[in-house]
Amino acid sequence: MTQLESPTTTGLHTVEVTVNGQARSAQVEARMLLAHFLRQTLGLTGTHIGCDTTSCGACAVLVDGTPVKSCTVLAVQAHGAEITTVEGLAKGGQLHPIQQAFHEEHGLQCGFCTPGMMLTSVAFLKENPSPTDEEIRWALSGQICRCTGYQNIVNAVQAAATTMREA
Amino acid sequence: MYPSRFEYLAPTSVEEVIAALGEREGAKVMAGGQSLIPVLKLRVASVDTVVDINRVAGLDGIEEADGGLRIGALVRHVEAERSPLLTKRYGLLGATARLVADPLVRNRGTICGSLAHADPQGDWGSAMLAARGSVVVRGPNGERTIAVDELSLGPFMTTLQPDELITEVRVPDPGPRTGGAYLKLERKVGDFATAAVAVQVTMDNGSVGQVGIGLTGVGATNVRATAAEDALRGSEPTDEAIAGAARLAAEAAEPQSDNRGTADYKRNVVRVYCERGLRTAISAARAGEE
Repeated sequence: MTQLESPTTTGLHTVEVTVNGQARSAQVEARMLLAHFLRQTLGLTGTHIGCDTTSCGACAVLVDGTPVKSCTVLAVQAHGAEITTVEGLAKGGQLHPIQQAFHEEHGLQCGFCTPGMMLTSVAFLKENPSPTDEEIRWALSGQICRCTGYQNIVNAVQAAATTMREA
Repeated sequence: MYPSRFEYLAPTSVEEVIAALGEREGAKVMAGGQSLIPVLKLRVASVDTVVDINRVAGLDGIEEADGGLRIGALVRHVEAERSPLLTKRYGLLGATARLVADPLVRNRGTICGSLAHADPQGDWGSAMLAARGSVVVRGPNGERTIAVDELSLGPFMTTLQPDELITEVRVPDPGPRTGGAYLKLERKVGDFATAAVAVQVTMDNGSVGQVGIGLTGVGATNVRATAAEDALRGSEPTDEAIAGAARLAAEAAEPQSDNRGTADYKRNVVRVYCERGLRTAISAARAGEE
């Protein structure tokens, strides 16, 4: 059993994770959500908290490659995991193809949902490099965008798919 | 939003889970956490200890065993959605998995967790009623099996003891001449069902052999449409018989009027979806017959 200090003393748990390729660790309360851990403890504010009720998907990050709502995972549960946030997409000053595509296809307006949309899309395109529009809509159906009407998001994911297939 | 403070344990064996549940009052099992964490955040529930079972070995996998299927307590909805086993005779289960919540929730949430949560809006409760599933439960005195019919007592209330853990759900093999369907009306992806209907039909020489019908979101628990099942069983599935059974299923529903619709509307959705579901299931069952 993972031995954990009693909350009457400190109530803190050690979380060791790899975030965007970097080893990070911190002492956290059990009730701390992964979204807050990323934003407040690690200062990675690209992960946005939208609804806070597991409804909107703005806070999506990749945990061991799988998109999850980081407001609905405890930070302590991520112990040992590899996490990718939007800050981990660009490499060496070069935008990731999904970022480039969202930029070129106008796949965002206010940008609040965009980190989650892009991370889910990255995981999805790994599984399905040549999706139909319908499949893209299905894959992103857990995420809400209040600006775009979604069409340009679908276009962006298609454009990224094309770039990534050719890369 | 933060939940209230709780202690957190991450045992690695079923025995440790049961011991932790027995030793601590107000302890709650967390599998996928996709229902528990939201209610903790909203503080409509609070727990003293969360017993996280994600690091317990041996609770994963969907496999054929003992004349049916066993689905472990850590099987996520997404695994069910993609499993080649949950097609054809188990097609109801695959169809249900695709309509649970949204893709991100399906990546974390579990089938057994959904059954233990006993939300009458839960999809798996209805599917497992229709498929005649049962949960295998471990506690301090060993193992017992609870038919899904006997699991739920009311909203979020089950016959599980506080120190018991669902380790798997079992679904009997209904045979090759079986088809299923899950039809769900939701305002948007991820919303709770306005109403939903789970149907599984096994054909027997042109007549309906076994039939299961479960209803979602139209009662204090998931509801078995017993009269509709009885009316169809052994009969030829004519248009009249199907329409009659669907009317009986609608009568079994006890929906509440709310912002998703009036009780009458929901009852009508149950009737229409039951009729459609029966047609789909029967045609799939007949395809398995050849």
